[in-house]
Amino acid sequence: MVRVLKLELRGITKRFGTLLANDHIDVVVEPGQIHCLLGENGAGKSTLMNVLYGLYEPTEGDILIDDKPVAFRGPGDAMAAGIGMVHQHFMLVPVFTVAENVALGAEPTKAAGFLNLDQTRQRIKEISDQYGFNVDPDALVEDLPVGVQQRVEIIKALVRDARVLILDEPTAVLTPQETDELLDIMRQLKSRGTSIVFISHKLREVKAVSDTITVIRRGKVVGTADPAASTTELASMMVGRAVSLTLDKAPAQPKETTFEVRDLTVVAPNGQHVVDHLSFHIRRGEILAIAGVQGNGQTELTEAILGLQERVTGSIVLDGKELVGRSVKEVLEAGVGFVPEDRKVDGLVGTFSVAENLVLDLYDKPPFAKGISMSPAKVMENAKQRIGEFDVRTPSAAAAAGTLSGGNQQKLVMARELSRPLRLFIASQPTRGVDVGSIEFLHRRIVAERDQGTPVMIISTELDEVMELADRIAVLYKGKLVGTVPAGTSRDVLGLMMAGIPPEEHTPEEQTPDGHSPVHHAQTPQAGTPAPASNAEGADHA
Amino acid sequence: MSTTVSSPRPGSPKPGGAGAAAPATVLAAKPVSWKTPVLLAVFALVSLVFFGFLAPRQTASFGISTGGDFFQLPALEINAFAGGIVLSVLLVALAGYAVFLKTKGQPAPGWLPVTFIVIFVAAFLIWVVGGARTPAISLAGLIAGSVTLAVPLVFGSLSGVLCERVGVVNIAIEGQLLGGAFTAAIVASMTKNAFIGLLAAAIAGAVVSMVLALFSIKYLVNQIIVGVVLNVLVSGVTGFLFSTVMQANKAQFNSPPGLDVIDIPVLSSIPIIGPILFRQSLVGYLMYVAVAVVWVGLFKTRWGLRVRAVGEHPQAADTLGINVNATRFWNVTLGGAVAGIGGSFFTLVAIDSFTKEISGGRGFIALAALIFGRWNPVGAFFAALLFGFADNLQSIVTIIGTPVPSQFMAMLPYLVTVLAVAGLVGKSRGPAASGIPYVKG
Repeated sequence: MVRVLKLELRGITKRFGTLLANDHIDVVVEPGQIHCLLGENGAGKSTLMNVLYGLYEPTEGDILIDDKPVAFRGPGDAMAAGIGMVHQHFMLVPVFTVAENVALGAEPTKAAGFLNLDQTRQRIKEISDQYGFNVDPDALVEDLPVGVQQRVEIIKALVRDARVLILDEPTAVLTPQETDELLDIMRQLKSRGTSIVFISHKLREVKAVSDTITVIRRGKVVGTADPAASTTELASMMVGRAVSLTLDKAPAQPKETTFEVRDLTVVAPNGQHVVDHLSFHIRRGEILAIAGVQGNGQTELTEAILGLQERVTGSIVLDGKELVGRSVKEVLEAGVGFVPEDRKVDGLVGTFSVAENLVLDLYDKPPFAKGISMSPAKVMENAKQRIGEFDVRTPSAAAAAGTLSGGNQQKLVMARELSRPLRLFIASQPTRGVDVGSIEFLHRRIVAERDQGTPVMIISTELDEVMELADRIAVLYKGKLVGTVPAGTSRDVLGLMMAGIPPEEHTPEEQTPDGHSPVHHAQTPQAGTPAPASNAEGADHA
Repeated sequence: MSTTVSSPRPGSPKPGGAGAAAPATVLAAKPVSWKTPVLLAVFALVSLVFFGFLAPRQTASFGISTGGDFFQLPALEINAFAGGIVLSVLLVALAGYAVFLKTKGQPAPGWLPVTFIVIFVAAFLIWVVGGARTPAISLAGLIAGSVTLAVPLVFGSLSGVLCERVGVVNIAIEGQLLGGAFTAAIVASMTKNAFIGLLAAAIAGAVVSMVLALFSIKYLVNQIIVGVVLNVLVSGVTGFLFSTVMQANKAQFNSPPGLDVIDIPVLSSIPIIGPILFRQSLVGYLMYVAVAVVWVGLFKTRWGLRVRAVGEHPQAADTLGINVNATRFWNVTLGGAVAGIGGSFFTLVAIDSFTKEISGGRGFIALAALIFGRWNPVGAFFAALLFGFADNLQSIVTIIGTPVPSQFMAMLPYLVTVLAVAGLVGKSRGPAASGIPYVKG
């Protein structure tokens, strides 16, 4: 009754100019399987799937369905052949309703092209009931949480009768609980005969759900792996050399509190309180990690500290000095080092040289400046030193920063920010889109800064990174602080906190080892709390 | 989702600020701004002083019926001083109500500013007419004339709606109107047929639009720049051809047969609405049809859903198999054709020949109407009517002779434009991808 199909990619090669994104890739997706494509950011997974979905034309190679070669000239052809795709960045029109989004492109119509959305609503209800999605067809997509938006994307594919569903980094925007729900949905889809191509670099999820794993590195298939293989084995395959997944760091030696945020509120242009009466503090020599799903006020919080936000109330005190109301320059001069979340936009000037990027915040001070003139020799000298110290792989100090790889760009930003004496170090998404090898390095540098006695604040949406680096963890939800918990708090507890549930409501047995934690136990253990599979193995960052 | 937990937390917050997990506080959804109440209060006071206390002691007369009506209604006679005071007091009351609501933390309801504007305009009318040498105007004529003047604006803003909804900013409305006006004149003159002229105007508008579409979609040139350049180009070409061809042989090239006003029997004799709705030229009737068709098309059909998707999120449309750039190209072309028809109004209905710059910047007012109408065909229609009203009012008021210098009255349509777009649009949101070219990958 259900049509199953076998999908094969044979010798797929895709070139963008001189860049070889996919190099003779062979993948076979057997019917009714969850097939994982594992690889680091930039390994060519998404390119491959865009080729499969008809968005890119392959330079060479064939796509075979049930052993017959097919040619897709666009996504329409791929959908007609039974392939559906959920993109990493959702392809939903925010101002449309769920039904309008699902209908788009394959609209049921009455006479003369008039829409017949009732039919679509009916189909959404059917699928929603079948899989327990609980999606209202008439809700506006922009009002829905990301987890639900993702279900709308899955419905879109199912309505089009997809037999192979491609999920491109589907867990990047989800809380750990939502991730577990998604993994359940994937298993359910599989049991009903839908094959899934699951693209990810998160080893925990890959191991939990895959039937087959194909590892891709630098555009090539480097082998297949068994889901039973250990995380370290998978990580080594993905990176191409042995990697250490756990960070050796000494316990924090916290000293006095020098940085404190009190009752901080940031109002967005639309009147929303994006940071909402936030209070926390960081002591010298400790790392506070701010966890939370993307878009819960992290960006605005860092911007408020830097002086980039307009409507800020409350107080931010560093070394006894108030930072609210100061210009960015004054904040930097107070000793704040800052690694922004989007290095390409806020961290670097891509067309400037590596050397110039290394003095973006110091160009007007000696020894780089004398009066109104700059000293290029000093800038070059500084660059050579930093490049060596931070192992930035660049053809030369004069190369444009935009030509470096993600990991090296990040090292460049970090090198600049750590090159002057700091009183506070803030790193936002310090390892997003960075190769595993560089992650190790960057993490070690962050810990080294802590050990020098600097208060460090890390903002990360990757729970693994938070758990690895933090001495204390603060969780943000809708601009509010859900709670601050010590390092070593379990993934489940943090996951629930990321969904806005304070720790005292679900951690009757959780211990608070140090007296600085403000977490207190609830009197009544909450029943019915979902307990997803906990992660016993080592951290699987990447 | 804004459930707030304010559970009492045992343990006292430490002086060092260790009590980081401060209980969250409930906040009002959005602070209500003082902008509207203050603005209303200022205008109410202006009205009270100028239209009330300083009002001329004359009686203003507003004619309601026109010649061809079934029955004649008597003209409205209003003492300018009394009328001004009464209406101003109403305005003050409305402003006071808005202030009252603000102190209670509530925003002013939508009807309030609208009612305020209507009353303010009425007070202004009474004041202007009351102070004129001949204090009498025809209300029916004022409104019917507004509709007539709004015709090219409505077509222009519909063109803008079609283009922006699909993601292309159309600054070239002015050029499309002008191109339509010129082509209608020359083709109708040569063929001695106004209908062929109308058709040719649509084609001319479409051609101008195709240039815009080609450069902005295929060659990714900044859409604003292409639009501005097109306006200058069309102005130059039509101006040149006017002086070299049309003026040399006016009889052959610049005396188009007009499109006459068609009275719909019976309906056109209903007082007030008859002259507004049922005494129009063919282009006027087409305007009503076009507004309805574009609205229904955009919001009720498959075509409209796709157009809006392309204008909001082209990548999403692309992944669903919709050809983004083809959709954009043909809709922009269609928009140009609509504006071209609007342009024919100048030479086939309003005036019986073409002159240089006959569109006189109305393409830009149409652009304002599009924004004021919030990218909605019906909204754009009413916004265009407002501008038409301001335009007509200034010409009528100049004729009856008011104490206000005519130069000031001539500013009225543009003043209304600035106020409408800057002050009243508020947080309207255009199509998200408008003005951004779509490149795959």
